Amino acid sequence: MSRLRNAVADGIVISWRNLKRVPRIPELAIFAILQSIMFVLLFAFVFGGAIPLPGGGSYREFLMPGIFVQTLAFAAITTAVSIADDMTKGLIDRFRSLPMARSAVLSGRTFADILYNIGILAVLMVTGLAIGWRVNDGVLDFFAGVVLLLFFTYAMAWIGVFLGLSVPTVEVAQQVGFLVIFPVTFLSNAFVPTETLPAVLQPIAEWNPVSSLTGATRELFGNPNPFISDSFPGLHPILMSVVWTVTLLAIFMPLAIRKYRAIDG
Amino acid sequence: MAMIETEGLVKVYHSRGSEVRALDGLDLEVREGTVLGLLGPNGAGKTTTVRILATLLRADAGRATIAGLDVARDAQAVRRLIGLSGQYAAIDENLTGRENLWMFGRLYQIGSAAAKRRATELLVQFDLENAGDRVAKTYSGGMRRRLDLAAALIGRPTLLFLDEPTTGLDPRSRLGMWDVIRGQVRAGTTVLLTTQYLEEADALADEIAVVDAGKIIARGTADELKTQVGGERIEIVVHDRDLLHRAAQVAAPDGSATVDEHTRRLTVTAEGGAQQLVDVVLRLGEAQIRVDDVGLRRPTLDDVFLALTGHAAERPATDDETTTARKKGR
Ligand SMILES: Nc1ncnc2c1ncn2[C@@H]1O[C@H](COP(=O)(O)OP(=O)(O)OP(=O)(O)O)[C@@H](O)[C@H]1O
Ligand SMILES: [Mg+2]
Repeated sequence: MSRLRNAVADGIVISWRNLKRVPRIPELAIFAILQSIMFVLLFAFVFGGAIPLPGGGSYREFLMPGIFVQTLAFAAITTAVSIADDMTKGLIDRFRSLPMARSAVLSGRTFADILYNIGILAVLMVTGLAIGWRVNDGVLDFFAGVVLLLFFTYAMAWIGVFLGLSVPTVEVAQQVGFLVIFPVTFLSNAFVPTETLPAVLQPIAEWNPVSSLTGATRELFGNPNPFISDSFPGLHPILMSVVWTVTLLAIFMPLAIRKYRAIDG
Repeated sequence: MAMIETEGLVKVYHSRGSEVRALDGLDLEVREGTVLGLLGPNGAGKTTTVRILATLLRADAGRATIAGLDVARDAQAVRRLIGLSGQYAAIDENLTGRENLWMFGRLYQIGSAAAKRRATELLVQFDLENAGDRVAKTYSGGMRRRLDLAAALIGRPTLLFLDEPTTGLDPRSRLGMWDVIRGQVRAGTTVLLTTQYLEEADALADEIAVVDAGKIIARGTADELKTQVGGERIEIVVHDRDLLHRAAQVAAPDGSATVDEHTRRLTVTAEGGAQQLVDVVLRLGEAQIRVDDVGLRRPTLDDVFLALTGHAAERPATDDETTTARKKGR
């Protein structure tokens, strides 16, 4: 019992220190948000007119859930980079030499990621409202959507931890993260309806977790959510989002923990 | 009682197909309340030894205990006893000095208020009170080092590991650091200190263990080691080359001086220390021999190495090498 209490207390200290970074390096959050806003502007104003939505509806309302999911997916890179940074700066070693709960370094880190991304998500939503995105369903559905997004963020944070512990330097964390996450977010329904993708890519996009999350968010926020095939993921985005998130967590949480335990040579 | 005891520690690093035998059967014993200086050149295995003892690294073979606790099996109990200041300052650059100390204090399982008090105490002790509320990113190298050592002391450890605590410090900070370490020792802390400088081991350690290629090759007090390598020597640079041999006669009437014509330098072993230097200088003055330089030279790590192993110690790492070594180390 007291062990659990220590683990929680240590985790909170670690979360605290990770969140302290945000005001100390404001550029980190500012550029993360600017990057997303750039995508919003690019798609809403440059490509938006050329992308037809089957079944009609506002492209901007369609776009914003995609932007939310993309931004939260990219958060894994931020996590990976700062974990790699802690490794190279010797901080992880210092933590490992202290009589603290072993789990706290990772649990504190990933919990901080959730809090941080709540802030990012809030800013993006305000941006969305400014360009005409609206929530058209009930409050309950809205909160269900937010919870789903944060649950997904949590899974992405663990992917980031695993990546950060697996690479030798910060730069590699950045590159590998980008290389993996960038295509995954684009091979999805985040910016365009899947039917506009080449036929070979359509099944990939449909079974992409990013598509499921985006589809689920659209559904829960009452935004246009066109799908053409009656593939299983297309028909059940909410269920698939939960399945995907649980699966990702079930894979990457143990992998990250094992990686952390194995830092000793 | 032995605070640290190791027996046949072996550590082999594997990286990209190549093998480095960093420790090759290292035996060590450090008694409670004493300071052991682990002296050795770059790559000797000092950091590896410290990392194994501080529960950060697992040995491939051998055994190590701290206060009777096995570092591999009772790691968590060992961590409650130790403080570690590694070769490179490990602090959170985005936190202030005070926040760093508070955080490490909390993680050492000290209550929040007590950790705050202890942080303030250490900031004062380490001459960081004015910088305490500045982000550590803005600290100079010496300040980082001091903050790092302060962090190692936050939990009042029984055993303190200091891996090259004064590398990169200016002479004043180095002396300050020595004072702090001495203070810890007076308070009863056992210290294992690694260094590349015999002078530092000499100033701080009760006993010195010389490590080379992953093995202890000699142990003893500083005096014992120095005697092994021939103790101190007097070096004189004579102004006038023609007088060099006369000067050698005057300085060492027994003819034991060695003469280097090219640099006009003569060397005399000085069992009598500083007093012998004074005598020699007086005699040279009486003989009206002009000298350009005169001094008492203590044996350096190089001398110790040459004497013990027959090969010279590597030259100290350049900045460049240090960075590579660090990347490899993590
Ligand atoms: N992670 C690693 N991977 C591969 N080789 C390593 C690693 N860490 C250390 N080594 C090698 O092990 C040997 C001992 O290294 P160690 O860091 O213990 O030396 P050291 O005595 O602390 O040297 P220095 O005075 O340069 O700090 C060196 O040859 C080093 O290159
Ligand atoms: Mg070292």
